[in-house]
Amino acid sequence: MKLMRCPLNGWRNISEFTYGGEVESMPNPVTDASDVWAEYLFFHQNPAGLVHEWWCHTATSYWFIAERNTVTDEIIKTYPTSELFQKRVDFSQEEST
Amino acid sequence: MSVEERLPAPAGLLLDRSKKISFRFQDKQYEAWQGDSIASALAASGQWILSRSFKYHRPRGILSMAGQDANALVQLPSDPNTLADVTPVSDQLAVVAQNFKGSLEHDKHAWIGRFSRFMPAGFYYKAFFRPKGVWEKIWAPIIRSRAGLGVVDTNYTSGYFDKQYAFTDVAVIGAGPAGLSAALAAANGGASVLLVDENRLLGGSLTYARLAGAADAAARHREQLVSAVGAHANITVMCESMCNGWFTDNWLAVIKGSRLYKVRAKEVIVCSGSMEQPAIFRNNDLPGIMLGSAAQRLIKWYAVRPGRQAVVLTGNSHGYGVALDLLDAGVRVAAVVDMRAEPTADALSRAIADRGVRIITGSAIYEAVPDASKNHVVAVEVRGISARGRCADHGERIPCDLVCMSPGYTPAYQLICHAGGRVAYDDATSMFTLEGLPQHMHMAGSVTGMYVHESVCAEGRYAGRAALQSLGLSTEDIEPAPVRGLSDRVNFDWPIFAHPAGKEFVDFDEDLQIHDIIVSTLDGYEDIQLVKRYTTVGMGPSQGRHSALATARIVADATGRTVAETGVTTARPPFAPERIAHNAGRSFYPERHSAMHHRHLEAGAQMLIAGAWLRPAFYGEKGQRDQCMAREALNVRQNVGLVDVSTLGGIEVRGPDAAELLQRIYTFRFAKQAVGRCRYAVMANEQGVVIDDGVACRLHEQLYYVTATTGGVDRVYQSMLRWNAQWRLNVDIANVTSTWCGVNIAGPKSREVLRRLCTDVDLSSQAFPYMGVQEGHVAEIPARIMRVGFVGELGYEIHVPQHYGEYLWDRLMEVGVEYGIQPFGIEAQRLLRLEKGHIIIGQDTDAMSFPAEVNLDWAVAKEKPFFVGNRAIQEVNTRGLTRKLAGFVIEDANAPCPQESHLVLDGDRMTGRVTSCYVSPTLGKTIGMAFVAPEQAQPGSTVTIKSTNGRLVEAKIVKLPFYDPDNKRQEM
Repeated sequence: MKLMRCPLNGWRNISEFTYGGEVESMPNPVTDASDVWAEYLFFHQNPAGLVHEWWCHTATSYWFIAERNTVTDEIIKTYPTSELFQKRVDFSQEEST
Repeated sequence: MSVEERLPAPAGLLLDRSKKISFRFQDKQYEAWQGDSIASALAASGQWILSRSFKYHRPRGILSMAGQDANALVQLPSDPNTLADVTPVSDQLAVVAQNFKGSLEHDKHAWIGRFSRFMPAGFYYKAFFRPKGVWEKIWAPIIRSRAGLGVVDTNYTSGYFDKQYAFTDVAVIGAGPAGLSAALAAANGGASVLLVDENRLLGGSLTYARLAGAADAAARHREQLVSAVGAHANITVMCESMCNGWFTDNWLAVIKGSRLYKVRAKEVIVCSGSMEQPAIFRNNDLPGIMLGSAAQRLIKWYAVRPGRQAVVLTGNSHGYGVALDLLDAGVRVAAVVDMRAEPTADALSRAIADRGVRIITGSAIYEAVPDASKNHVVAVEVRGISARGRCADHGERIPCDLVCMSPGYTPAYQLICHAGGRVAYDDATSMFTLEGLPQHMHMAGSVTGMYVHESVCAEGRYAGRAALQSLGLSTEDIEPAPVRGLSDRVNFDWPIFAHPAGKEFVDFDEDLQIHDIIVSTLDGYEDIQLVKRYTTVGMGPSQGRHSALATARIVADATGRTVAETGVTTARPPFAPERIAHNAGRSFYPERHSAMHHRHLEAGAQMLIAGAWLRPAFYGEKGQRDQCMAREALNVRQNVGLVDVSTLGGIEVRGPDAAELLQRIYTFRFAKQAVGRCRYAVMANEQGVVIDDGVACRLHEQLYYVTATTGGVDRVYQSMLRWNAQWRLNVDIANVTSTWCGVNIAGPKSREVLRRLCTDVDLSSQAFPYMGVQEGHVAEIPARIMRVGFVGELGYEIHVPQHYGEYLWDRLMEVGVEYGIQPFGIEAQRLLRLEKGHIIIGQDTDAMSFPAEVNLDWAVAKEKPFFVGNRAIQEVNTRGLTRKLAGFVIEDANAPCPQESHLVLDGDRMTGRVTSCYVSPTLGKTIGMAFVAPEQAQPGSTVTIKSTNGRLVEAKIVKLPFYDPDNKRQEM
């Protein structure tokens, strides 16, 4: 069984982790067109080679990012999400009730 | 030979000669010493036939004595296909032979062998398919009755099987001289070492093979290594343990007895050794013909004299060692037949010459001759080798009852191949070699083609030190690895001698002869993988352990390629057969019990599994589900009921952005939710599908306590964390499911009961209205009290720290007695909520359900700038509905109650399916919810449900809820 290094918990069996899909940036919920949203929601790149993916250490619910090579089946590196997402995200500040 | 006539010690390493036991084979009683294997005890008593061969029903006996051939498969009462050569015999064991008709000595199916030339490889594919239908009707039944091995005892009761994790710095697989040396080197450098060996004794070949010099040289070397290993604190030894597979990142499956060890090693050193190969000549499968190492194991391990007069066929110096051991055991050695034209003299061959044994060089056994019954070898025809694989026209017949074959070895490459290593072939030494080992795997000993004792040990030490370096435990330069020398050459290049009458067996399991392999290539199947599938070579129980090398050579020769180009077929785990029980045995799935679990059991609850949780389905006898459910539900409607809701998920969202996070995660609006109020919360995924629901309780400006479904809370929690990893809102999110437990006390009398235990919260309808949340004390326990109405009555969910759960339950049941309180289970709760028209996510929704389809569009705040799923929900809402969840009633009291997923029809057209359906004791009729076509969803319309046994039932669509549409009951 493969091992994966969780940035929080260290090396663990890969069966302890949940795959969370490719890292993709979400389109703008208001301004982007429907086909852009359809592409985002229903199509995935699935490249042969280097991929950036969400992974979660299931037992601790800790999300992180993994760089993996799908051809050689190597996990190249794993790192906390804070390295990728550094700024607060806000949507348009309409008053809501 | 009685047990007392066995060879004297030191022969018989595995025997305990203080315990005599007795067992049955076929219908005869045999004696054995404790420690004997089934085959050794039989051989000692002159019973050489162990089985009949798979195809031609030829008599078969001991071949390897190492558990590597199918000849030794026998039937135990509840274990078919047991390896007689390695399985210890136990007192009163009943053993029978396999795959024969009539008696083992006179098999009525043995005539098939005479027709072998009409049954070449692939004859299945050519012979049995014409005319049409003949296979199924005629051939298959005949062949199936003749083929196959042991018999499965279907009344077998399985024992206790389990699994264990093990961790080690270094795992050494194989405890021969290389493995012992490697383990010592690694352990001396400070590594923890797990040493795994399949045998009962440590020492590998040192337990049976003959080294140059004194007769006890191997035993002395073994004693030194084994005592050093035994004394070393860093080494854990696992004997009788089979390393059955290598998996990614050095995860090893090791089976010992009834336990599967899941071993994780930082470094693996494979010292799996090599397997001696048979020579291939006519009748090489006769009982009495065995590998040289098999004869040595019989002598050294079991003190059994393997015959009276032997011929040793060899292509290396090991055969001379075998001959010396035979002489020492009192066997006459009629000749050592050395296939090499000019063998290099060494200590062993000189010793044989000194003892006056005849050595015939440049010669081979052309044919073995059976006795009149065809059950044992009585002589061999020895002829000079005239060319590669060819014998002279005439030879000499030498009588013998034992033939030992030592033509060479194949490395035990399986584990290395599991790890991605490749098998190559060295033409200079005629040996398979291994290359391409992954990082953190090392090998040493005869698996690498090293056979000289000193070099084997040196290579073991080298591998141990290389592992230390890789672990970072050593930085010193290590001496170079030893290189193979001339004395390590053990393989004769072509020990394969075709005979015009055939019966030179390449694969003993599958009864394949030289001709069969060649036929495959002539039929166009030249690739080794195709040869395997066409001929079934290597597909039998021994998985090519004694056929892969010869097959590669024959195919290479027949197709004009090198052996390296021809290669071997893929080796996959498991290495040896394993029981399903080893994999299926006890598993590690956790089971969760709520704090009130024992009270449910005491009250006679039937428990059901919900995710990891056990929950009370209903309280009463197993067969009384419907009656219990109805009784419990009516008591909630009329008096008061208590249900355990501890399994509901609980998430605390805390911080300045708590409301903002909920705004984004859930479809509804929360920003202006007042402190002390609850709101229904629906969660969608990005595709707009409803995936969970719960209640969001605002306990404080910056603190929400959000419930989630039993099965969904982990997903909800992870989803929140994942989204906030991107948004970086200022909140803390905590899954507090197991911190809190809870009950729902529901029914018209619930307020009166609660009042008895709760004095610091004003429970009046004005002070604590429907969808309010209060913090206070219940039975002096700090509690969060929510007025929610899942079941449609006045009711309170009371959440308390989980260790108070049983006490809370007891107090409520105690003070509730005079109000008629009764516990109710999940089944009653499901019925009650259905009456009230509440959906259950996952039951009344599926992976395509967006809010409008399941009547939740009221819970979607369309004006919010963003929430997860909003764009997709907007998109689907513009397209119109394709189906809708609707309530239905069945007026016909005689109609069967439809089940979940029964079809909803519109004429012949399927338009939907039932999602929930119960007979409602409150309403006195069958009610349910179903997905129906939008045009069918109008209250008053009629749909057809295809119910049990295809019976069509008319159902009337009605407005939801079925019960108390004005919400008077829950808001009282």
